[in-house]
Amino acid sequence: MGLGVMGKTVMRNLFGKPATVMYPVVKKEFYPTTRGSILYDESTCNYCTLCAKRCPSQAITVDRAEKVWRIDRKRCLTCNFCISVCNKDSLSCVQEYAAPVVKEFDSWLFQAERIAGEKIEGLEGQEGFSDKDA
Amino acid sequence: MGKRTVVPFGPQHPVLPEPIHLDLVLEDEKVVEAIPSIGFVHRGLEKLVEKRDYQEMAYVSERICGICSFVHGHGYCETLEGLFQVEVPDRAKFLRIMWGELSRMHSHLLWLGLMADAFGFESLFMQAWRLREKILDIFEQTTGGRIIHSVCKVGGLWRDVPEDMLKKIVETLEGMEGELQELANVFLKDYTVQKRTQGLGKMSAEEAFECGAMGPMLRGSGVAMDMRGLGQSGYEHLKFDPVVEQGGDCYARTNVRIREVFQSIDLIKQAIGLMPEGSIENKVKGSPEGECLVRMEQPRGQVIYYAKANGTRHLERFRVRTPTFANIMPLLNMLPGCDLADVPILVLTIDPCISCTER
Repeated sequence: MGLGVMGKTVMRNLFGKPATVMYPVVKKEFYPTTRGSILYDESTCNYCTLCAKRCPSQAITVDRAEKVWRIDRKRCLTCNFCISVCNKDSLSCVQEYAAPVVKEFDSWLFQAERIAGEKIEGLEGQEGFSDKDA
Repeated sequence: MGKRTVVPFGPQHPVLPEPIHLDLVLEDEKVVEAIPSIGFVHRGLEKLVEKRDYQEMAYVSERICGICSFVHGHGYCETLEGLFQVEVPDRAKFLRIMWGELSRMHSHLLWLGLMADAFGFESLFMQAWRLREKILDIFEQTTGGRIIHSVCKVGGLWRDVPEDMLKKIVETLEGMEGELQELANVFLKDYTVQKRTQGLGKMSAEEAFECGAMGPMLRGSGVAMDMRGLGQSGYEHLKFDPVVEQGGDCYARTNVRIREVFQSIDLIKQAIGLMPEGSIENKVKGSPEGECLVRMEQPRGQVIYYAKANGTRHLERFRVRTPTFANIMPLLNMLPGCDLADVPILVLTIDPCISCTER
């Protein structure tokens, strides 16, 4: 193969900008449409359990008596079906992905407000999980 | 006659993206026979249809495959629309075509990369995947997901795409054409690549047809069979001729896939040009009843969906016949007589998607 076939590509790769982002120094911007994770608004929810019944992966559990709404982030597909069935607009989708799960099974895993970028109690001091890069 | 040896190939093998197992019977370096076995990634998704609501199942059916996920979601929704006898609005049809063709481009570019990797051309592999990344970005901007899109619903779509985004997609694809041509030149004109692909795995048109080959496998042998030519789901409005090559070897099949990437760009431009304003959904009510069969063209070939409903919220039976399953037979026909070193290329030339096959 002569330089003519791939020469242009080689030159572009040598002198062009890198295709990857220097994470975590530079963070990649999410698009406004990115389906990151489900956000729950407690103030408007009437605990009708419709989202829990219609969830394709059964990630949502709702306790009517205790008034607790929980989501298992490991099961959630972020398909947004729960948002479409919610009558009270209590659910919405945010661009940030759910934070990585670092413990096998713990109660905070199911907390509704657990989304990347938020401070998580008890994890601040741990290695690789400071507030800055959370 | 030399001594016969059996070499197990797969299910874990550096060249295989997905687990298929072949027992290769060798005589010296020549393959005499290949015995396949599949069943390593069976997930029981067809059985799940009895437990999931028909609307929820649209998300499950997308997860049949990680590469042609949109096509599986689309196929399931079309089957259900057949059961409900609902016509989808034109805008939704063209948007589905657009995403379907983007899936085809992304699948073929992925395959070209894997093919380059199989014959040891690492930089070409990265070059192909760099182009694929642009398609994934378009997917994320329009659907919200890079691989699993979840935009198809029974009766239409969840999301619309704004006009300025459609213009941006056309611009991105036009910008890609030059780079794609450079990539295609390496695959088609480079001496080393030609040496590895030309004359390998030759299959005549009759042989391919008899074995039940599908998609680029069949079209690479000179049979013009493409389900997009049936004139269904909006393709009747587009100018479309199946890509056909006469060679019947790995080189011809690579050429078919490269030309299909360019064809997809053309089809997306046509679809965006014809896209009318209006709604993207016709609501469906009640529960499905009856039987429906839909044939579609996946990136890998013809895929068949069959659904049977009994008037409840759950389907009674859902069946998918994927192109890789059909393409395993021609693979077994091609393998005897080839060198052991050529086996990875021959396995990849059918574009195997074992997750699709086993569901």
